[in-house]
Amino acid sequence: MSVDRATVLRIARLARIAISDEEAQRLQSELSGILDWVAQLDELDTADVEPMTRVEAMTMKMRKDEVTDGFCAGDIVKNAPEEDDHYFVVPKIVE
Amino acid sequence: MTDLTDLTISDAREGLAAKSFSAVELTEAHLAAIEAANLAINAYVLTTPERAIDMAKTSDARIAKGEAGALEGIPLGIKDLFCTKDVRTTACSHILDGFTPPYESTVTANLWNAGAVMLGKLNNDEFAMGSSNETSFYGDVVNPWRRKGSDAPLVPGGSSGGSSAAVAARLCLGATATDTGGSIRQPAAFTGTVGLKPTYGRCSRWGIVAFASSLDQAGPIARTVRDAAIMLGAMAGHDPKDTTCADLPVPDFEAVLGQGVKGLTIGIPKEYRVEGMAPEIEALWQQGIAWLTEAGATVKDVSLPHTKYALPSYYIVAPAEASSNLARYDGVRYGLREPGKDVISMYENTREAGFGAEVKRRVLIGTYVLSAGYYDAYYLKAQKVRTLIKRDFDQVFESVDAILTPTTPGPAFAAGEKSGDPLEMYLNDIFTVTVNMAGLPGLSVPAGLSSEGTPLGLQVIGRAFDEETLLRVGQAIEDAAGVMVKPQDWWSTRA
Repeated sequence: MSVDRATVLRIARLARIAISDEEAQRLQSELSGILDWVAQLDELDTADVEPMTRVEAMTMKMRKDEVTDGFCAGDIVKNAPEEDDHYFVVPKIVE
Repeated sequence: MTDLTDLTISDAREGLAAKSFSAVELTEAHLAAIEAANLAINAYVLTTPERAIDMAKTSDARIAKGEAGALEGIPLGIKDLFCTKDVRTTACSHILDGFTPPYESTVTANLWNAGAVMLGKLNNDEFAMGSSNETSFYGDVVNPWRRKGSDAPLVPGGSSGGSSAAVAARLCLGATATDTGGSIRQPAAFTGTVGLKPTYGRCSRWGIVAFASSLDQAGPIARTVRDAAIMLGAMAGHDPKDTTCADLPVPDFEAVLGQGVKGLTIGIPKEYRVEGMAPEIEALWQQGIAWLTEAGATVKDVSLPHTKYALPSYYIVAPAEASSNLARYDGVRYGLREPGKDVISMYENTREAGFGAEVKRRVLIGTYVLSAGYYDAYYLKAQKVRTLIKRDFDQVFESVDAILTPTTPGPAFAAGEKSGDPLEMYLNDIFTVTVNMAGLPGLSVPAGLSSEGTPLGLQVIGRAFDEETLLRVGQAIEDAAGVMVKPQDWWSTRA
């Protein structure tokens, strides 16, 4: 499975990672190599196999619907690169 | 008196109880060792000496009052993947620059409740993605072990390379680590330490920086099987904040160590005898079989036919989950921000500058396999292959109590030796990754030295939530092989 340059650029865009031309070229061959290698899974017929969702059968626990945490806006924005009055600040989105 | 940093956790516990030395003395000895060694080993990315002394003083007070916890006064290193309240936690990534969590991970909180002392944060591969600790933003960790007659730096394994190197070089008595595809067991094997990856769900994942959520599991690296058992007992336990954390009682892991292996049946899977495996690895495996037979176990050949598909399916599942987990690093809420002409280019520039090459590669692979039209062909297929891998183990465990394999296909390699080829690096996890895919517990125990004079490990794989049998087998191997010696100290500036 070989990945073309346009695909690398599309994937990088989806992943929100800016990449240079040089990186795109390197990634094209690296990603193709990895995808070629994982293609050996095609040898297995998995038509009647259920996907694994849990390691051990276990019922998901329910918790009470009640407030257990909160009132800590200062802690939440403490690590933000830019904040104002308990809001995260980002570049302008709506003109 | 023996150097305090050479003690095992169980010896230190006795010495503290007998007041042969204080927790403060024990902590100070370690802080001095770190100071003398860290320039050469680079195991710690942050030390917390003041906090360590404060915690040790508290421990001394609790010991004096007869209120000592299971790890009272024991100095530990913490992998930088564990969030520690008010102490910088970055997963060794540039993108988490300066992140100081306002909360504590459940596993570390459990350790502090048991009386342990935090020496600092340990280096790891960026976001735990790597097998050599060469992808950390804080630089490579150097293995305290060297090849005979050589001073070329060797890798300590990864991703928990800071943990393994610190334990081997006597820079802590034990360390926390995490394992997604082998990140506890492979570094343990490369450094002559004991590494235990518990069953998925044995330890809470809450507060641990997420890599691949269906595979990640925390566990200890220590110098003896007993020390690993003591640490796991303190780390494990149900946590309502992690819905995948099992609501099961934590057994007394230490209590089973004396039970021996008489009557146990140990499976030897033929699929782990891979092409090109070094003859000395095969010899080590045979030695392990002989030790366990002599100790009274029965050995049986078994087959795990889907073994070869574990690594390729892992390299779908792990990057897919990583690409989702790492979507949160966008320069808005924490860590690095690189400006851009609009919000999208701010995200793109931040992630470009903040992630290293291996992390980008995996995020992109993950994005690709989850993108429109490919989900069924890749992620769903890989999850079905996991069922087949798990089924192989289930069938084998009907007739055996544990499985014995080598931990790695070879000993520690040199820095830079495999970092040029991602696929070659990935092959390091060939014997460990099956265990994560099936969610089972795995233990690596030092079993001897390679022809190069560096450590080699044997891996024991057990049934889900049967760490007790795993530890019994591990203890039998350690009893026969002897506790791994300390590597020759070349790293201390005071030496």
